[in-house]
Amino acid sequence: MSEIEHRGPAAPAPLEWEYAPAPEARDIVSFRERYGLYIGGEVVDPRSGDWFTTSSPADESPLAEVAQASGEDVGLAVDAARAAYEDGWSSLRPAERAKYLFRIARILQERSRELAVAESLDGGKPIKESRDVDLPLAAAHFFYHAGWADKLEYAFPNRNPRPLGVAGQIIPWNFPLLMLAWKVAPALACGNTVVLKPAETTPLTALMFADVCRQAELPAGVVNIVTGDGSTGAELVRNEGLDKVAFTGSTEVGKAIQRELAGRGIPLTLELGGKAANIVFDDCALDQAVEGIVNGIYFNQGHVCCAGSRLLVQESIAEPLIGKLKRRLQTLRVGDPLDKNTDVGAINSRAQLEKIRELVASGEADGAEIYQPPCVLPERGYWFAPTVFVNVAQSSRIATEEIFGPVLSVLTFRTPDEAVEKANNTPYGLSAGVWTEKGSRILWMASRLRAGVVWANTFNRFDPASPFGGYKESGFGREGGRHGLEAYLRFDE
Amino acid sequence: MPALASRLKGMDGTATLTRGFELPLEPRLPRIGAVDAVALEARAADLAKRSIKRESKLAALDLIIRMTDLTTLEGADTPGKVAALCQKAVRPDPLDPSVPSVAAVCVYPNLVPVARERLGPDRSVRIASVATAFPSGQSPIEVKLADVRAAVEMGADEVDMVIDRGAFLSGRYAKMYDEIVKVKEAAAPAHLKVILETGELGTYDNVRRASLLAMAAGADFIKTSTGKISPASTLPVTLCMLEAIRDVEAETGRQVGMKPAGGIRHAKLAIQHLCVLSETLGRDWLTPERFRFGASSLVNDVLMQIRKQKTGAYQSPDYFTVD
Repeated sequence: MSEIEHRGPAAPAPLEWEYAPAPEARDIVSFRERYGLYIGGEVVDPRSGDWFTTSSPADESPLAEVAQASGEDVGLAVDAARAAYEDGWSSLRPAERAKYLFRIARILQERSRELAVAESLDGGKPIKESRDVDLPLAAAHFFYHAGWADKLEYAFPNRNPRPLGVAGQIIPWNFPLLMLAWKVAPALACGNTVVLKPAETTPLTALMFADVCRQAELPAGVVNIVTGDGSTGAELVRNEGLDKVAFTGSTEVGKAIQRELAGRGIPLTLELGGKAANIVFDDCALDQAVEGIVNGIYFNQGHVCCAGSRLLVQESIAEPLIGKLKRRLQTLRVGDPLDKNTDVGAINSRAQLEKIRELVASGEADGAEIYQPPCVLPERGYWFAPTVFVNVAQSSRIATEEIFGPVLSVLTFRTPDEAVEKANNTPYGLSAGVWTEKGSRILWMASRLRAGVVWANTFNRFDPASPFGGYKESGFGREGGRHGLEAYLRFDE
Repeated sequence: MPALASRLKGMDGTATLTRGFELPLEPRLPRIGAVDAVALEARAADLAKRSIKRESKLAALDLIIRMTDLTTLEGADTPGKVAALCQKAVRPDPLDPSVPSVAAVCVYPNLVPVARERLGPDRSVRIASVATAFPSGQSPIEVKLADVRAAVEMGADEVDMVIDRGAFLSGRYAKMYDEIVKVKEAAAPAHLKVILETGELGTYDNVRRASLLAMAAGADFIKTSTGKISPASTLPVTLCMLEAIRDVEAETGRQVGMKPAGGIRHAKLAIQHLCVLSETLGRDWLTPERFRFGASSLVNDVLMQIRKQKTGAYQSPDYFTVD
């Protein structure tokens, strides 16, 4: 019997199998035509009389008009927060405060699908991330801090913790609702009231959160939301009525805020940029490390302050690792943020896209070797293909500056000492990753890396119980965990 | 290190090493590699969330039928039972002629002649037979080889062997490897699927090591389970084995097939397997030549889903024959 006879009829060719579009229903969310400011429990038109349009970065279609708050508007919001603070919130029984936070957490869970779709529409992030990461974590932060509200005496025994007063909070556009939760939940749990300024390009989920506060019957003025561009944020920081400022965003703006607050004696928390090293040793679980690298830099289009944007690979496995990484990039699905199978969504804004393009051009000019998988990007909207640079010099701009986009720079090292030296050789220090099967090496590395978070054999994992924050130009103060509470308390010791 | 240096250098100055300690020098040491269980399971769970709709779902369901090894491996198997199984294999849905035949039937050696008689000589549905003292593999090698030869002589196109887990778990990798080599020889020209019985191996590191050993020894397919113990096949185990297959292809160009078996009873889980397959190994593996499902009850659930996709309504299970 010949080989051919034995094999039977000729086998059909392998199947060309493409995933059909699987869009999340957009009609679960209906935006209002206009969103005013949320001040003292009321939605009000801005005194400035100015409005601006927020649009979807995926197709540049307008979503809603949003108020541009002026200094006067900000002043009213701070006054409302002050009134609410003195009028009962600060002296409310802690268990009562917890009740409101638990309510907010539950409402976030109940409305999670609607909020996830809104987040993806306004910010461009894939629905699977807003659905599986942003919303569950935002609710988790409220649940977690609700639990602390009546246990602060136990968190800080014999230190007599007291609220600070009115907190001015400015949040970025990369995780709009999640960053809101990181800021608002601990502030409220500790007995403060807040004036929150969401990012210019992603104000909608914060404005929907105003609705959540009303649904939870949160006393008027405890949470106030003022929208606008950078000038609104500057007005907020400048306002004399604040007792605390917390900012998450770029290092440049963070420095300006610190200058503005110099001499005013107001506590400040800054969570700024990063250029995290993701360090891969030759004994690691290679395929899982590749997943971690991909998650580290392409999660949320690389719009992550703690993104693993510098890949440090031990030279002996650089070749197979980069081969695997390139192959993996070919399966990344870039496109419609509302498609449930999309892995990489739209770049948040035109300005950010320009910045990414400029830095990528500088990388090419520096002689680094660029790789982008073949992918068809939509014509409208702001898009950038997942990018890897290999043979990157430590001195190159793409190895030193924060790109805040889906761009990975690959460098190599030879020994653990060299890995630590290169990883720490940056003005930033927000996070780092270590990939090795050797437990002792993880501990050795973690004690030497100057970064606020060190992940071992994983990356971009967040939990409300775990403090998050930076070294050096990545900022100071911690958010989350018991450490995060301290930023919203004073101690009468 | 003078002692080592003198051991490395022979009397005539040429490099020698103690027997059993030869290291290949180029291009690098062979890498078994490690598997991180947490990250592996997270990746599998991630891929399981792919949303497969409309035409891609129908294409997947059709492919799942064509990839199925319709299996009965019971002590109670009879010629009548196997005859019915063969009928079902050729025409899974008698009411819908567009539904294709399955890839193969999988039976014990004694029932291979019955299947051969039923399926005839054209081999559009192949006959797979388990052998090598299935399911434990705890018999002398001569017995296992005789088992294999008998199955092939009686008409099996494919042989599903079990590895000697006792040898593997006690670190006697060479014994496991040598057995596969000998079985492969005895089974030719039938295709060889090597069952690792991953549920007994304990760790993903072991699954990876056994996968690489089996492929090195000549396996045409590697297969998760016998279906006789729990847990049988899981999505992370399949992913782990597919990653080993991917490494063998990258190193040698050889494309080894994969067969998850046991525990895949629903179309949804089978589609999740296809997503893992498609995003790990790509198009080359989206064929029954490279991927099989070992299953008995999966087919009817897939048929129900096909009917649902075509008509928009679910039918009662009573509209699909049990075998």
